[in-house]
Formats: sequence, structure tokens, C-alpha cells
Amino acid sequence: MSISASAPASVPAGRRIRRFMSDYPLVPLVVLLLLLVLVLHILQPGIVNQRWIANTVKFAIPLALLAGCQTMTMLTGGIDLSVGTVATMAAFIVATQGVDNPPAVAMALALIPALLIGFANGIGVGVFRVHPLIMTLGTSLIGVGCLQVYQRTVIASGAKVPEFLTWLGTGLTWGFPNALLLFIPVAALLIFIQRRTGFGRLLYAVGDNERATRLAGVKYWQVILALYIFSSVLAGIMGLLYIGLIKAPSLSLAEPLVLPSVAAAVIGGTSIFGGRGGYTGTILGALILAVLTTLLTILQMPEGARRILFGAIVLLVTAAYLRIIEDR
Amino acid sequence: MTTAPLLEATGVAKNYGAVAALKNASLTLLPGEVHALMGANGAGKSTLVKILTGAIRNDGGRITVRGRPYVARTPADARRSGLVSVYQEPSLIPDLDVISNLRLTQTPVEPFREWVRELGVPDLDLRDLARDVPLAIQRVLDLARALAIAPDVMLLDEMTAALPANLAERVIDVVKRQSQTGRSVIFISHRFVEIAALCDRATVLRDGETVGVVDIAPGVEERIVELMLGAKIEKARRTRRDAGETAARAQGDTRIAVRNLRVGTKLQDVSFDLRNGEVAGVVALEGQGQDELFAALAGSTRPAAGTIEVDGRAARFAHPVDAVREGIAYVPGDRSEALAMKQSVRENIALPFSAAFASWGPINRRREGAKVQAAIERLQIDTRAQREVQRLSGGNQQKVTIARWIAADARTILCFDPTRGIDVRTKREIYKLLRELADQGKSILFYTSELEEIQLVCDRAIVIFGGKVVDILPVEIADEPALTRAAYGLPRETGAEPGIPTGGAQQGEAAP
Repeated sequence: MSISASAPASVPAGRRIRRFMSDYPLVPLVVLLLLLVLVLHILQPGIVNQRWIANTVKFAIPLALLAGCQTMTMLTGGIDLSVGTVATMAAFIVATQGVDNPPAVAMALALIPALLIGFANGIGVGVFRVHPLIMTLGTSLIGVGCLQVYQRTVIASGAKVPEFLTWLGTGLTWGFPNALLLFIPVAALLIFIQRRTGFGRLLYAVGDNERATRLAGVKYWQVILALYIFSSVLAGIMGLLYIGLIKAPSLSLAEPLVLPSVAAAVIGGTSIFGGRGGYTGTILGALILAVLTTLLTILQMPEGARRILFGAIVLLVTAAYLRIIEDR
Repeated sequence: MTTAPLLEATGVAKNYGAVAALKNASLTLLPGEVHALMGANGAGKSTLVKILTGAIRNDGGRITVRGRPYVARTPADARRSGLVSVYQEPSLIPDLDVISNLRLTQTPVEPFREWVRELGVPDLDLRDLARDVPLAIQRVLDLARALAIAPDVMLLDEMTAALPANLAERVIDVVKRQSQTGRSVIFISHRFVEIAALCDRATVLRDGETVGVVDIAPGVEERIVELMLGAKIEKARRTRRDAGETAARAQGDTRIAVRNLRVGTKLQDVSFDLRNGEVAGVVALEGQGQDELFAALAGSTRPAAGTIEVDGRAARFAHPVDAVREGIAYVPGDRSEALAMKQSVRENIALPFSAAFASWGPINRRREGAKVQAAIERLQIDTRAQREVQRLSGGNQQKVTIARWIAADARTILCFDPTRGIDVRTKREIYKLLRELADQGKSILFYTSELEEIQLVCDRAIVIFGGKVVDILPVEIADEPALTRAAYGLPRETGAEPGIPTGGAQQGEAAP
């Protein structure tokens, strides 16, 4: 150790650690996740077993999927707040259309609003340059309104969640959640898009310096339109999975996950200003939030105190993490 | 002169780190005179102005106003001492109406109104938002605002640039009369015509030093240009390249033909050809329309009039991608405009590869890697810190902006002041690279603010002044004195002997 450390003697150790963290930003996240699990284990010995892990993963997956939407949009300096509504609409439609239609048709119908909202977001942000926050908030409200209208037309027919989705959402195979069958390919796809495709490269570049991409011949609106459609469809797919997990459609099913999905992406090291981050970190961020939720649950505190603590920890972790990985 | 000076600055110095922006500047302003402040780009004019107006502090020297020591920490300080400035860019806050803008600076309204009328704008509504007032009028309002305060010293920095002729005349007229009431004006302009019409004396700066004070009289332009150049006249003669070699080079087909191009308010009417296999230099003082010219050729700004032909076909650029498709690449002078700073060297160089919708799919890493590596090696980019471009030195960053277009195999490169603020070694490498590219048959349009670069790199120099091409000089005679004269809109020296390169130039110093 001492020999290898003495080579770049001019660089102080603190600075080298920082550079290391900046180059491998996932390391501190893994450390934090393990640390939280360790605390959990100390507070309640025996809780950390295979069943608990499977359960945590099962609930972390929907969050991680929504956080995938945030990661993709945040890379360009945007955000997608309509994902909650899109997921809820998909869930609600698949449950109500599943009564009379075969599951495949119901699922296809459920993704139509996702496509429409994604298209509207893309046009608004990419062509008319509406701020993504406002644009997606707007389409989200419109979507909720439409869903309420739709609810009246199907109120008599009841709801039926396709069995396949229940199996996917809640089932376990050899102790592994079936949801991984959906999540692993999706996660692999996201990471592949971000690292190995021209589209992924443009997401980073557009978020980093839009003017530069313009001079390089990139048409901003094309990138943004494709991005928001992708994000919306991903949110729709998450809605299908989520209804399989929760089994009870409601008009605000996925809404409580929207802000945590932003938090997961931010904790995972994706910059809200664009140009930096990636999905691997986001997955870790979602897991950290899921473990944190269990941790706060077993502390047996009143709901209010739990929320305060949750918020404070999210802030603290994000601030500390950004300090660690920012290399100046 | 028996009158005591109104403002006197002696030995003013300002350093930025190791760089001396001003070394020994002095300026004596008499009551009631209009005094021109002149100097080539980078001579220190704007630094001196900033010190006088309190925008920055000087490191050395002494400034007195009416014999008392003068220290301006802020522009408000300067104003209290009776010194008010009007800059080239309008300073009104666009979202406030005119009257609120006046209140903001505590400008008395009645005198302001009178001055506005005096300056030839009879029908101004003070409740109009500043953004709705035409740009030229905004400048006039700025001047009226300064006049309304009745300052002892007015500092007009390129005030008349891009004013329509009738307004400019009116402004000059008013300024001249103003000076007859005992107030003084420091006037910065590139237009000798105006200086001759308006000014009494001129102080000339060169390399951060005051090199002369001259009385304005017919024919003084020659003397001023001489002062601005100083010893460079001698030096320039030595950097000439072999003329024969150059002539052989510049015979490619016309790549881009620009005809009567008008862009924005600054570029008025520009025509020239850019041929394959040549480096054409563009020379202009600040703000003569060169930015607009490059923006139009790069497809970022649409021209108001005129045509651009590429390879003989008329081209209409609605987006930079249209120019890129024609093989025309733009390398902006400001690196932060061209680079995605948080991305790696590789991603930055490969950026144009992914631009088109058809190439959004999986990246062929082997092919991309080979192209990027070739470009990195060709430009000798130091890639020790390649994970993020922002960690590279300025010179290496500049190389990345060029490497991108070498990797993309652009046929024409528009280089806007690519050597600004980078080290000498990198500069030389860039000169060499541009020459090599031209020898391969590519065409390069090269704007530079450092005039000696023209003879090191270019085959000819297109000189723009007041938004028009005033001269196209073959490289043999495009030395610094000739370029400076042309850039100020002066005719070519009649008695000058063109050509006859001296012995030392045969070595070809363009490619050291």
C-alpha cells in the first residue's frame, strides 16, 4: 500500500478520495445501502432475511421504474411529473377494461393515454419550450380529469385485474419476486440506452449544453419528443405492474410515488440540472428509499414524525452525496 | 495649454494574474474637449474605461479629477464624481417602462425629455416598455439619460456603432455642442470619420501603455495607425510566407459563395468566395458584423438578405444541421458554446455522429473509437483528464472542438478566433493543423483578433468594416499595418511595395 500511495505524493489524500468518488459515484451509494441494512439488522435482529429482501425488492421495483422516467428526463435538465397520473390511468384502465376484454387488449388500451400524454409533453417541452415542470404538471392534471370522466362510464361494470399482472406483481418464484422478470430487462434496456446508443448520448449532451448540440446538428425537439414518449410509456408499464401488486384500482394509485421517484433519481446521483447521472445509481437510490421506509416503520414512531425524519434524511443524504462526488 | 485638466490619469496599471492588461496608461482630459481613446484589440482601452467607471480597481497609478484624488469603487461612485458612461449595448432594463428605468437611476425626467427631443426622437412615450423601443432609439435614450445627469465627463464607448446615419449625426452634433459648455467627453470609436468630425485630441494605447497623444487634424489617421502598431511594423515584415507557394494553393473550386449577405443590424452587405484548399482570413474590429457572418454560414441565424451558395447550389440554412449536412462546421470562439463540459472527450468528439435521427441506435464502439482516436492523435490532445472535458486545459478544450469536425470529416471549417486565450504551443499546433487541412483540399474561414496570425495561417484576408467588405488583401501584403489600416476603413497605402518577401521568410514560418 505504502509504495503505491507514495507515487503521486503531490496530490493530497482527501483530494484523491474525492476524485475517486467522482469517478466511481456508485461506491458511496452501495456503502450507504449496506449501512442502512446493517442499522436495521442491529435495531431488529433477524429481520434481514430472504423474505424481507424479496419483499423490499418487490416494493422498490415500481419506485425504481418511475425513477427511471425521472432519470431519463433529468439527464436533459427536465422532469416528468405526469408519470403518477399516467401510471394510475394505465392501472385503472387495465382493471376496468379487463372485465370484458382479453388481458392483452386491456393492456394495449391502457397504454394509449400514456402515449398521448407523452406526445403532448414532448411537443410542449420540445417545440413550444414550456418548462417541463409546468408542462408535465399540466398534462398530469388533465389526465386526472379525464380519468374521473372515464370512471363514471365504467362505474357499473366493476374491475378485474388480469391474473398475469397479479402473478407478475406479487408472485415469487424460488424466493425471487416475479417482478424481476420485467424489471431486469427494462433496467438493462435503460442502462444500454444511456451508455451505448446515440439517443442516450444526446440526452446527456442536450442536458449539458443544448447550444453545443445544436451546433453539432442535433434537433432538440426530436430528442425531447422521443424522450417524453419513452418516459410516459415506461410509466404506463409501471402502472400495469403496480396494479398487479396493489390489486385495488383507485384514482390516485401511483400519485404518492411521484415525488419519491424524483428523490430516488437525485439520491442516485442524477443531476436535476442535466448532463450527469445514470440509471444504476437510481436503482440504488430506490433501494435506499425502500430500506429507509422499513427502517422508519419499525421505529414505531407516529406517522408525522416518520415523515419529518424521512424528509430530513433524504435532504441530508442528497446534500452529503453531492458534496462527495462533486470534484472541484 | 494653461487650463488645468479635468481628469488626469498617470501610470495606471492593472494585472490579471500574471497577465498585465494595463502597464502604464495615462490620459489627460481638458475641460470642454472631446477626447478620443484609441488602440487595437487588446491594447487596454476597455480596461482603462472600466477603471475610470469603477467597474474594476486599478493596481497602480494615480487618477485625479479636478486635482483631487479619484477612487471609484462602483459605477455609482464614478457618477457622484461626475463621470457617466454610455456603452455600446443598451443598458435599459427591458421589462420596465422608460420612466421606471429613469427612476431606477435617479435621472431627472424633464431634462431627459428635452435631451431626447434634442437628439431627434420627438414622440417618445415614457410609459413604453424599454423592450418595445427600437434598439437604435434605446441607445439614444441611454445617451439622453447620461446627458440629463449633467456630468462633468461623459464616456461614450462605441456609442455610435450601428446607429442609423441620421441619428449618429444628431448624436455627434449634440455631443459637440455639449463640449462647448465646458463639459468633457471621452469618445471611443473605430470610425476615423467620426473622430475627425468630433474630437479635439486622441490618446493612443498599445499593449497597455499610452504611446502618444495627438491633436486631431487632417491626415492624423496615418499617425494614429503608426502609434497603434509601433514596432510591429518591423516585426511583421519578417513573418511573411512564401508568396509563390500561396498563389499555387488558392486555386481550388469555389466552395462557398457569399453574395450581398445581410444579417441582423450589424452585417450590412458582404460578398466573397471561399475556395477549396484555402484558409481565408477574416479581419474586423470588434462588432463589425463578423459574429453575424459566421452565425449565418453556420446556419444558426437566418440572413435578412443575400445568398449563400455551396458548391454552386443556393443553400438555405434553417438549422445548423443543414450546414453540417453540407459539410460546413462551425467552431465558436467561446469553447463553452461548443462543448458539453461534463461529458468525456470521446463523447464530445463523437457528438455529431449521433446527431441524426437515423443514428440514435446502438453505437458501433469500434468504429467510433477508431475515428475518435485518430482525431485525438492528429491534434495531440492530452487525454490524461479525458473523463470530463471541463478538466482539460483551455488549449486542449479548443482542440476537442476542432477534433470533433476532423472526426466528422467536415469539408469546411468556420473557425472563430480559435486561438484566443490559449498557450503559444497550442496556437502553433492549430496553425499547422489548419494549413494541413487546407492542403488536403478543405476550405477554412478563419476569423482572428490577432492580426499577425493572418500571415502565419491564411492565403488572403477579407477585411470587414461597418458590416461591409472593405478590402480583400493577398497574404503577401496583409501585414499588421496594412490590416490595421484596412480594418479602420482606411484605403491601402499607395506607395507600398507589395510582395518581395525577405530571405528569412522562405523557411515557411507558418508551420513551425
